[in-house]
Amino acid sequence: MTDDPRAEKFLELFNKGREFTEELLRENERLRGRIAALEERFREIAEENKDFSGRYAEIEEQNNNLASLYVASYQLHSTLDFREVIDVVQEIILNLIGAKSYAILLLDENTRELRTVAWDGEELMPGIDTLCIPLGSGMLGMVAASGESYYLHQDPKSGALSLDRPLAAVPLKIKDQVIGAIAVYKLLVQKEAFTAVDYELFALLAAQASTAIFSAKLYSESERKLNTIQSFLNLLTTS
Amino acid sequence: MMMNNAKFLIVEDSPTMRQLIAFSLRRFRNAKIIEAVDGVDALRKLSGPDKIDLILTDINMPVMDGLKLVSLVRQTAGLKDIPIIIITTEGAEEDRERGLALGANAYIAKPIQSSHLIRTISELLAV
Repeated sequence: MTDDPRAEKFLELFNKGREFTEELLRENERLRGRIAALEERFREIAEENKDFSGRYAEIEEQNNNLASLYVASYQLHSTLDFREVIDVVQEIILNLIGAKSYAILLLDENTRELRTVAWDGEELMPGIDTLCIPLGSGMLGMVAASGESYYLHQDPKSGALSLDRPLAAVPLKIKDQVIGAIAVYKLLVQKEAFTAVDYELFALLAAQASTAIFSAKLYSESERKLNTIQSFLNLLTTS
Repeated sequence: MMMNNAKFLIVEDSPTMRQLIAFSLRRFRNAKIIEAVDGVDALRKLSGPDKIDLILTDINMPVMDGLKLVSLVRQTAGLKDIPIIIITTEGAEEDRERGLALGANAYIAKPIQSSHLIRTISELLAV
């Protein structure tokens, strides 16, 4: 203690200043802790954001495929005219699958052979317009016999493709009954290879195409029979 | 900012592709979609009462192809400023360059990704 009031005042101020500084240091320490916690949270959120962004892209892709599938299914079942159904299948293979050279083959129940009914890109793969493959013979025949899809897992530009060794082949089947197959030989120049999602989409589209082709065939057959019966009845009633 | 109530003209001979593109365009609120099956049909619709905000056209079409359509639109007063997106199976670099040189604003190769199409349109219609 001192008698000098100024010194006492100074000491008092000094102590207050010290307390204030100590309080600031404690506050500083607290804030450091909060910053560290916030940084940690920021890192977590950035990680979550990255995860959400990946999931968003995945959902976008699925959404895209669902839209393609919806549109394809709608178009395939919008007509019972066999030729129109085949035209839609061709549009799908070109525009949604991205195939430049392909063949759609149907199974002839009498001869048990797969025959081309529609194709494109003949100049890239000569002979695809007249394919005639016995069931169970070669890669395409095996696809139809087994009902299992086939994908060539190699660089599509390697040039090792042949009429019986396409880039991909999917069976056209209704439940276990195979009615034909789609063979893809070349993809569009901008599509380097099939992706995992393409396999799924291709198989789903083939399933939709199968029922549409089958329905259209049945319808045209029943129409033909109906016309025959009608003609016969007309003949009976007029004679 | 994305434009609402936009009017889109889809020029495409494939009904499947027209429907798929129209399906993607439903993301734009109150979008009006007009469809044409070839270039001539598109020009007829462009001269109609609807003021088109954006044209999406294929290249390979009967009667009049997409490149001819782009070229004619760019030479026509009242139409020449409409943004045009070419959507086609012709994905080679020289095809892209030709399309853009004729005046298309964007070039998208099929198979289309809906998100890519929406992004491209949003950029072109951004105000």
